[in-house]
Amino acid sequence: MGVFWEAMSDLLAARSQMGVSLAFHIVFAAIGIAMPVLMVVAERRWQVTGDAIYLDLAKRWARGTAILFAVGAVSGTVLSFELGLLWPGFMRFAGSIIGMPFSLEGFAFFTEAIFLGVYLYGWDRVSPRVHRWAGIAVAASGAASGIFVVIANAWMNAPTGFELVNGQAVNVHPIAAMGNRAALSQTIHMTLAAYAATGFAVAGIHAFLLLQDPANAFHRRALQIALLVGAPAALLQPISGDLSARHVARDQPTKLAAAEALFVTQRGAPLTIGGWPDVAVGETRFAIKIPYALSLLAFHDPQAEVKGLDAVPRDLWPKVPAVHFSFDLMVGLGTYLALVALWAGWLGWRRADLAHNRWLMRALALATPMGFLAIEAGWMVTELGRQPWVIYGVMKTRDAVTPMPGLIVPFLTFTLLYCFLGVIVCWLLYRQILRSPAVPEWRRFFMPKGSG
Amino acid sequence: MTLADIVAGVVFVSLNAYALLAGADFGGGVWDLLASGPRKERQRELIADAIGPVWEANHVWLILAVVLLFTCFPPAFARLGTLLHIPLSLVLIGIVLRGSAFTFWRYGAHGDREQRHWGLVFAVASLITPLLLGTTAGAIAAGAVGDTGHAMGEGFYAVYVAPWLNPFTLSVGVFALVAFAFLAAVYLTLEAPDRELADDFRRRGLAAGVALFFVAALVLLLSRRYAPLVRDGLIFAAWAVPLHLLTAAAAVTALAALWYRRWRVARLAAAAQVSLILWGWALGQYPYVLPPDLTIAAAAAPAVTLRLVLGALALGAVVLLPSLFYLFRVFKRVERRA
Repeated sequence: MGVFWEAMSDLLAARSQMGVSLAFHIVFAAIGIAMPVLMVVAERRWQVTGDAIYLDLAKRWARGTAILFAVGAVSGTVLSFELGLLWPGFMRFAGSIIGMPFSLEGFAFFTEAIFLGVYLYGWDRVSPRVHRWAGIAVAASGAASGIFVVIANAWMNAPTGFELVNGQAVNVHPIAAMGNRAALSQTIHMTLAAYAATGFAVAGIHAFLLLQDPANAFHRRALQIALLVGAPAALLQPISGDLSARHVARDQPTKLAAAEALFVTQRGAPLTIGGWPDVAVGETRFAIKIPYALSLLAFHDPQAEVKGLDAVPRDLWPKVPAVHFSFDLMVGLGTYLALVALWAGWLGWRRADLAHNRWLMRALALATPMGFLAIEAGWMVTELGRQPWVIYGVMKTRDAVTPMPGLIVPFLTFTLLYCFLGVIVCWLLYRQILRSPAVPEWRRFFMPKGSG
Repeated sequence: MTLADIVAGVVFVSLNAYALLAGADFGGGVWDLLASGPRKERQRELIADAIGPVWEANHVWLILAVVLLFTCFPPAFARLGTLLHIPLSLVLIGIVLRGSAFTFWRYGAHGDREQRHWGLVFAVASLITPLLLGTTAGAIAAGAVGDTGHAMGEGFYAVYVAPWLNPFTLSVGVFALVAFAFLAAVYLTLEAPDRELADDFRRRGLAAGVALFFVAALVLLLSRRYAPLVRDGLIFAAWAVPLHLLTAAAAVTALAALWYRRWRVARLAAAAQVSLILWGWALGQYPYVLPPDLTIAAAAAPAVTLRLVLGALALGAVVLLPSLFYLFRVFKRVERRA
């Protein structure tokens, strides 16, 4: 233990604590953005069709969302404090520049919490119309609060809206800071990711249950709604990824170089998939390389010059293997989701019975965690890829960290707390899924002819 | 009255709202822990029903205060995060456990016995969090979060522990706890569906109200040694006497109204009492955001940020206040009992 104690510097402990806190919170935040949409769609279908299964679905989803939202709200609170607990240097410098989107996020989150209360507890207290609008308000403010927070993060990647004089920020323009060059691509990418990941996670769970009981009307309807939200987002995500990549290539070349394990600046740069980036030697071994593809993707020109890691001194390199693997993982998982979305869309367009297509159900069940893994990997790319900077080109992470020693203690404490909560949440959701209704009265409609 | 003063005022309004609303939610947890008598389970149900729909919205007042603080007074936030790292981290653990345990308990399953464990975690976290929050506030009021303690070469204890761990800060912690429990009991008398349950919380409210008086006396006594700056403000300033008279009037009214079962009057007076105490603290340390050296003016962000935030606050309030009003009207409207 003593060795471990000393092996971890305070900076590493602070970064790890922030990383764990973000990785934990982002799952609940994404669910908080997308789940209200699923609930609202289910409720609306109930109001239009009068089919009580949709109402049951909306209520059961709401029950799960209540737990996830609460954990998201409290873990988000931890993050807002951790900005000061771990990174006082960052906050002292950046608070007045980039606090604005956080303030707006505060209001959006307020609206979200208020109408979630109305939604969850108001089934018998407000009219169906008001109830539906409360759900819509939750969905809209959830998306808005996510967007505001991502804008603040985008500023760390593309800082603007101030001038640097003797290490101090002057001529501060909070609105210009919010309009930074990374804001648009990052907010689109994250918002789509939230819908894709949540939609596919829900679809995956119900697909898994449909494998055992393809005629279950409850799960069939759930799958339909989840795919309705998740599949379009997963299909749009590669386009948004392209937008992000082009921004990163232009404004954060070192991050792109690390993500692509591109050590040498070159024209007609190849796309590097997998492999082992050997930082000491400066080459990536055992990788699949597609000629000209990186130049083509980053600048839409096969001969374009792509900056390699050699463009900056070694001490400004991020951890190349971690960024590269995370990037490949994100792209791989995203591609899988987009392909499954395409498959499901094709079958749906041909009016096939999705639930009886066992291979599609297997593919969906396999996809359950993939969207969230992709989100985690994507954040690893953007955060690790920015290192050693906390504000790109302006402030190093090590200059932002708190002077308090012994940071391994809070790191381990919060890690244990979150592991504990994560296990409990999974267990509670598992128990709830076990209680899914069988709805036998609908079975005969959904069995293949001759089997009933 | 500068722009920065106005924003500081808004931060404090936000904290005030947090104390009155989320504070009562914590207080509810305390009464859950102390539930007793023949109506034990009904008390717990009442508390959970009262907290359920509103606790997340109530909690956001704290987040609002924090984001306003770090946007408009970044050096103050940075210093708080550094020197009060330990108690603030403990507050966060309390907040996380309280909120999660409450939903695990209420939403996790239907009437399981094991769910009651979560009820217990919720109750204990509700007890500990206000204690630590109060301790943090005590450290600020004591002027212990100053630049002086920051000097290099001092030991870990002197810099990161001593400012918040002494008899005064702990007494403020107990004060916050008792005040929150008092608010909760008073609010619950109004929300109880029948006379017996209301009387359960009437007794609790009266006890907490009297206890609050004694804890306040203890805080004042200890402030002589530990928080002279705020204490002097509270005793010698021009506004001190009227403020104390008002606070005393609110306290007496709250207790008398509880005694005579005027629940609505009691709620108003109790809320006024706690708010007046909070504003006494704020006025006592004005113009410092972190006494003894960091003033509101010195900590303030550039004027452009303050103006934009005030604009956003005005716009946000247009959405927020009607929404909040609606939330409380839906869930807190009490039918008059026969």
